[in-house]
Amino acid sequence: MDVVKQLQRQFIDFSTSLYREGFVDDQFAQLQKLQDESNPDFVVEVVSLFFDDSEKLVKNLAVALEQQVVDYKQVDANVHQLKGSSSSIGAKRVKDVCVAFRSFCEAENHEGCLRCLHQVSHENSLLKNKLQTLFRLEQQILAAGGTVPVLE
Amino acid sequence: MVVYLAGKMVIGSSKKVVADPIEEVRRICALVVDDDPLVRRIHGMLLARYGLETEAAENGKEAIDLFLSGKTFDLVLMDMEMPVMDGLQATQRLRGMGVSSMIVGVTARGLEAEKEAFMATGLDACCVKPLNAEAVISVLDELAKKLL
Repeated sequence: MDVVKQLQRQFIDFSTSLYREGFVDDQFAQLQKLQDESNPDFVVEVVSLFFDDSEKLVKNLAVALEQQVVDYKQVDANVHQLKGSSSSIGAKRVKDVCVAFRSFCEAENHEGCLRCLHQVSHENSLLKNKLQTLFRLEQQILAAGGTVPVLE
Repeated sequence: MVVYLAGKMVIGSSKKVVADPIEEVRRICALVVDDDPLVRRIHGMLLARYGLETEAAENGKEAIDLFLSGKTFDLVLMDMEMPVMDGLQATQRLRGMGVSSMIVGVTARGLEAEKEAFMATGLDACCVKPLNAEAVISVLDELAKKLL
């Protein structure tokens, strides 16, 4: 199997695993379909915007939950924002943690909120690594003169 | 009349369409109003994919200022929750100003009561975020009917 075909196979397998393991959902596929020659970096761009936002929100949440008297409305507002942006890019596992997180905010359950904070931070980091690998594979395919496969 | 010119949705004059259709057409213009830059980028891109010219505003007040400056838009995607001025206030103000553009509310919350309250301010439709291609096509179909 030549290099391009091998890389393309790796890309397909890796992409498939992202969906199968719930890291991303159909919304991510929609973003990939929007990318074209006139906007070749669209997905990388929106993913970068997401991680700029999500890392800031996770920091805000950590500070908010450290306070002597926790403002759960403020915590919920941050989680709501994170849920919204994770939905926008199809970051399914991050979004799912946010759903649970909001329930703990409503119940003003500090321990539950802290667990969710650690989980959302972990899922965010995992996703970042996974997408960096995906984009690296795309670059390798293009550098080898191939085209990036489109998953149906 | 609404036509598709080179795959893009445009408005043309029915009177001169035979003589010189190119001069009479203009692209449909849309305004994406959302405080989240990620959503502005994604929704802007989705609309641009269907040939719309798009602009963006970060909140309801910026949207109103654009209309007050003389700009016109065929379609407005209006986020519900925004700082400075939210989507409900902005929609109410725009309708009060006599703006007849199609205004589609976009909300992250799916609660019926909240959507109904948003609709009551003068929206033509309300969708849940994030919009996908199917939702955009449905909105553009309604827009085409409105422009005809």
